[in-house]
Amino acid sequence: MNTGPEGCTETHLSAVSQEEHAAEIEETFALFDNWEDRYQVLIDFGKKLPPMKLEDKTEISRVPGCQSNVWLVADVKDTESGPVVVFSADSDASITRGLVAILWYVFSGQPVEKILTFDIDEFLDRLGLIAHLSMNRRNGLFSMVLRIKALAASRSRGAQEV
Amino acid sequence: MSDVQTAPTSSYDVASIREQFPLLKTLVHGKPLVYLDNANTTQKPQRVLDTLWEYYTTYNSNIHRASYQIAERSTHEFEMGREKVRGFLNAKGVEEIIFVRNATEGINLVAQSFGRTFIGEGDEIIVSAMEHHANIVPWQMLCEEKGAILKVIPINDDGELLLDEYEKLITHRTKLVGIVHMSNALGTVNPVEEMIQTAHAHGVPVLVDGAQSAYHKVIDVQAMDCDFFVFSGHKLYGPTGIGVLYGKRKYLEAMPPWQGGGDMIATVSFEKTVYNELPNKFEAGTPHIEGAIGLGAAIDFLNETGMDRIAAYEHGLMEYGKQVLGNVPGLRMIGTAKEKASVFSFTLHNIHALDLGTLLDTRGIAIRTGQHCAHPVMQRFGVPATGRASLACYNTREEIDALARGLIRVSEILG
Ligand SMILES: Cc1ncc(COP(=O)(O)O)c(C=O)c1O
Repeated sequence: MNTGPEGCTETHLSAVSQEEHAAEIEETFALFDNWEDRYQVLIDFGKKLPPMKLEDKTEISRVPGCQSNVWLVADVKDTESGPVVVFSADSDASITRGLVAILWYVFSGQPVEKILTFDIDEFLDRLGLIAHLSMNRRNGLFSMVLRIKALAASRSRGAQEV
Repeated sequence: MSDVQTAPTSSYDVASIREQFPLLKTLVHGKPLVYLDNANTTQKPQRVLDTLWEYYTTYNSNIHRASYQIAERSTHEFEMGREKVRGFLNAKGVEEIIFVRNATEGINLVAQSFGRTFIGEGDEIIVSAMEHHANIVPWQMLCEEKGAILKVIPINDDGELLLDEYEKLITHRTKLVGIVHMSNALGTVNPVEEMIQTAHAHGVPVLVDGAQSAYHKVIDVQAMDCDFFVFSGHKLYGPTGIGVLYGKRKYLEAMPPWQGGGDMIATVSFEKTVYNELPNKFEAGTPHIEGAIGLGAAIDFLNETGMDRIAAYEHGLMEYGKQVLGNVPGLRMIGTAKEKASVFSFTLHNIHALDLGTLLDTRGIAIRTGQHCAHPVMQRFGVPATGRASLACYNTREEIDALARGLIRVSEILG
């Protein structure tokens, strides 16, 4: 069974809306009712995350608050429908990489304003991730989201200046 | 699963032991809890819980200060707790038993009081490479303040101390040896008696960190001849927030108080304050009254069950675990000392310890993952972190089997 999201390639990123990505993840999650299987789904998501360049994994790109290491960098890309923010991210722990993949999937390739307004907390809550994850991971997830939003905000300012 | 020779534990009825621990009936994610994080803290028998309940519902009152009936009782029970600790450690006198918050505080007390008085610039303190941070950082702080030097006994690939190196480290400047009795990260049980003899031959006192040994082994501080011994109540089936510092009387008497306040004084005036006698000299302020009483109840439990019988049972369980876990593909045991107790520290393939812990948790299995407050140990073995399963008197072979099955499943999931 293929449990990972299909769209983890940069090509059709902005063609699909965040809502559609989110719905797809939610459907996959809903197929499983025990957490061992759900973690398996997460781990499989993580395996489909595009590889992050080694030189991008720096102290600066490391996200604080994660018990495992997470690295995250952002870039602005121009598309026909305007600039979008593209992320690259990774973790050394498989479940964490799965969480990173979920965030990547709903955020990467989206316009800045969509990133800043998408209610990610509510989405993660619907997946049961807020209730189920340990405090440590929740905090880690939270700092990832903050980092993504901060990067999106700063990149959009940077892009306008250029 | 396998046939292991074990010490005679025929009369040890683990089912009836488990009955005494209500928390062990907890379901986690709908599955029976398999609690294997005992080196972190242990669960509490009913009699400890009853004791705390009784304290708060029938005689809660401050100690050493009042003349009414329930305060007489709380004072009496508190001091009975001390007497039970004395008996448990086979200390000579109750004045050698100081109540503190935990093992960490006991070590800090020695560092701050003994250390700041008797250790000066250029003096040396010896610890080992397998210490918990609790027996490293207080000495580093002291060294920083005093210009003293911290020396470290190295360990071999099995996680055993190099005793020859230890002897070489002792010089005429050595003022204290601080050594863990049983390592929380490796399970190694160190030959403390022998090490103490060596130190004493050079006139050097020894502090033994008994946080892990106190609930796995029979402790006799007189036979061991240690000068200080610390442990935490919460690892010994007792309440959190209570711990013990044992010190030989001659040292405790020579040491100044480290905290000032009520209870630790005999008389106070602005001209001159006279400190109280031992042990109160080191117990400023209202202590953890119900903690000390609850610890006494935990010791009653251990005495009734028999510390030697627990040790024998746990030994059999550990030998069984070694075999069963040894058969788990991809498992690397960290800490393979000949003398070892109740701790399995391991890596599994290259699986991140956090993933390991999270996936085992879905099966109701609780282990510790990470660096176990022993970063130098992880560095020594070149691993970022380990999973650690640790045993207590109520664990069973079935639980070890469940762990082994869980680990195999985790390998499949992350394979
Ligand atoms: C060997 C050792 N020493 C000291 C400690 C510190 O114990 P506490 O946190 O109760 O002070 C621990 C706790 O894990 C330990 O295992």
